Amino acid sequence: MTGRLKTFTLGGIHPEENKLSAHVPIEVLPVPKQAVIPMGQNLGAPSKPVVGRGDQVKVGQLIAEASGFISANIHSPVSGKVLKIDNILDASGYKRQGIVINVEGDEWEESIDRSDNIVEEITLDAKEIIDRVKQMGLVGMGGATFPTNVKLMPPPGKVAEYLLINGVECEPYLTSDHRLMLEKGKEILIGTKILMKALNVKTAIVGIENNKPDAINHMTELAKGFEGIEVQPLKVQYPQGGEKQLIKAVLNREVPSGKLPIEVGCVVQNVGTAYAVYEAVQKNKPLIERVVTVTGKGVRKPSNFLARIGTPIKDLVDAAEGLPESTGKIINGGPMMGKALTSLEVPVVKGSSGILLMQENESRRKPESSCIRCSKCTYVCPMGLEPFLLARVSRVGNYEMAEREMIMDCIECGSCQYTCPASIPLLDYLRLGKTMVGAIIRNRKKN
Amino acid sequence: MNMLTVSGSPHIHGDNETKKIMYGVVYAMIPAMLVSVYYFGLDALRVLLLASASAIFFEWVIQKYLIKGPVTITDGSALVTGILLAFNVPSNLPSWMVIVGALVAIGMAKMSFGGLGKNVFNPALVARVFLLISFPVQMTSWPKPHAIINGLTDAVTGPTPLGIVKEGLRAGQTMSELKPELPTYIQDLVGQMGGSMGEVSAIALILGGLYMLYRKIITWHIPVSMLLTVVIFTGILWGIDPQHYADPVFHLLTGGMLLGAIFMATDMVTSPMTHGGQIVFGIGVGVLTILIRIWGAYPEGVSFAILLMNAVVPLINRGFKPRRFGAKPGVDIKTS
Repeated sequence: MTGRLKTFTLGGIHPEENKLSAHVPIEVLPVPKQAVIPMGQNLGAPSKPVVGRGDQVKVGQLIAEASGFISANIHSPVSGKVLKIDNILDASGYKRQGIVINVEGDEWEESIDRSDNIVEEITLDAKEIIDRVKQMGLVGMGGATFPTNVKLMPPPGKVAEYLLINGVECEPYLTSDHRLMLEKGKEILIGTKILMKALNVKTAIVGIENNKPDAINHMTELAKGFEGIEVQPLKVQYPQGGEKQLIKAVLNREVPSGKLPIEVGCVVQNVGTAYAVYEAVQKNKPLIERVVTVTGKGVRKPSNFLARIGTPIKDLVDAAEGLPESTGKIINGGPMMGKALTSLEVPVVKGSSGILLMQENESRRKPESSCIRCSKCTYVCPMGLEPFLLARVSRVGNYEMAEREMIMDCIECGSCQYTCPASIPLLDYLRLGKTMVGAIIRNRKKN
Repeated sequence: MNMLTVSGSPHIHGDNETKKIMYGVVYAMIPAMLVSVYYFGLDALRVLLLASASAIFFEWVIQKYLIKGPVTITDGSALVTGILLAFNVPSNLPSWMVIVGALVAIGMAKMSFGGLGKNVFNPALVARVFLLISFPVQMTSWPKPHAIINGLTDAVTGPTPLGIVKEGLRAGQTMSELKPELPTYIQDLVGQMGGSMGEVSAIALILGGLYMLYRKIITWHIPVSMLLTVVIFTGILWGIDPQHYADPVFHLLTGGMLLGAIFMATDMVTSPMTHGGQIVFGIGVGVLTILIRIWGAYPEGVSFAILLMNAVVPLINRGFKPRRFGAKPGVDIKTS
């Protein structure tokens, strides 16, 4: 590390990091008594169940299949009997279709390699890799849950030059990617190699913020054994884990408005996804479990759990020595972009990176006051937007102007609201504006 | 267990608060307040206290009894307006005029637009201009600064350096003839010259400015672009004819130039929202100030210049957008 550390240049904030569970090794959580598996776990169309009530399932068995191009398969994370297929509460706060399985034992599909040995040699070719990734139901593990196979198939005329592996973990509190890099570093790099083969790229760069020096050192050391993989330490700045910000930070390339990273020759995958790719391709293991951080200032035992998909969040909280008396808010994800939950019965899904228990005294928003036109929201916006203006026009329903002022570029990182001295809920209004403008654009395309 | 709070992200908030910003400005004004009391004595203290107290009082009365809405006098914004108003008047201004000034600032320039954040014009400057036009004699009789130790009852008044130059040049004198009447640059820096209470000491104002930069209350764009414009503009004139135009340093250090650049033009509410717009705003204030100072009827033009530029801020905001992400030209993608 010499000279100034790389980072993105437009906007950004640096909230308190609070990585309480950074030194806690990943702990395997026991299988739950009952698994609840929502069908809408990925970005895009929800999956379609292929099992019925009363069916006996094994761990790793396909229980729901992709229902479109942007959709993903789901495999049973447990063994047992399908109790029902019904509407269940998921992290969105709505009741949506899900499969409920009563767990019996822990019987796995025999095709899955459960041994500890690390398989380095990549025998599959690019097409086989992409098929396997699709078959195993892989989605982006950083939280966006975009189906991984789709990202591996650049549209006609576009080529990938770089693969970026996202080990930034810029959300405060969360440590699941950090722990994964420390404990499964080699597997992540093999997964990276697999992705490079699938994309036919020569160079992959792992971006890690320098608040994780142990992960930087460990991954740099390991990467010496892998041709074409580099580790790039980055200055700590939120939201560096955003695809566009990461590409800007590492390669100084800017993805144009409304376009995907492939436009500038990049594909970005999270370290958790790289690990899942390793398991899917080398071990034949579908995406049935993931690392989830359980954290918060009042949490007695901040932890990183390897939990099966479908495990109720309550089980994770109990394993972290229970819900603190002082809890006032439960967040699925990190404090900047996570979603507040209404219940502990909500299950772990493919995109669950952490459970943050906030204390009563930090749960409420500060009272809103008048905008003093300080411009701080504009200074911190990583997309170069004017949040105060977008919020104002969205509030009064001037969606035409919101669109012209590029509201659809908003990545909903929350930096504007975080920094607003008047505590105006800017992102609430921006989300409203984005929803409305999005609908207007879709309608226009139809006509 | 408690009731759970469910709200949209983000779930944490930084430590920015309107109150902290406003009191930050107040702290930044402390050096200039001390200098004004040091040179103008208890009279300065009288004006400071009276202006602040009446600004806060009028805000309270209007919010509680006229608007019948929430009272926000503790947010510090009325206090800032009060102190800035005091900075913009001579220390011997009659008390009732100070009170009228506070009423104009808060009632007319701020609350009638809808209160904090909604006003188009800088409230303290509106009040200053109102007072200047209504009470020209009292507003332009400047007590000569004397340190408190030199005696409290100082009644000697005199013109400001800008006034000396304006009158002198108009009467046909040259700059070298006027030189002996003007304070030295050292006197300008420490504040030993005639003028409004808060504008006399360059050092005190710059200290305040540095503090606000450090606290990120202001950015460099407006003060630097405004002062640089003044230096270039007056530098050219002075270069052409040093006998009939004052030098750039004189223009920088006298009158309300630094007070305006650091505390008035940088007012968040009435200045542009993007750095590009702020630079244009600063240049505009600089040019207008010098036009008024040199060719206008008044010896000083900072207040008018800032108010005029305040009026075009909405236009500037429309024309100057932040640099959008993705505006960088495309890249050559090497295929492997």
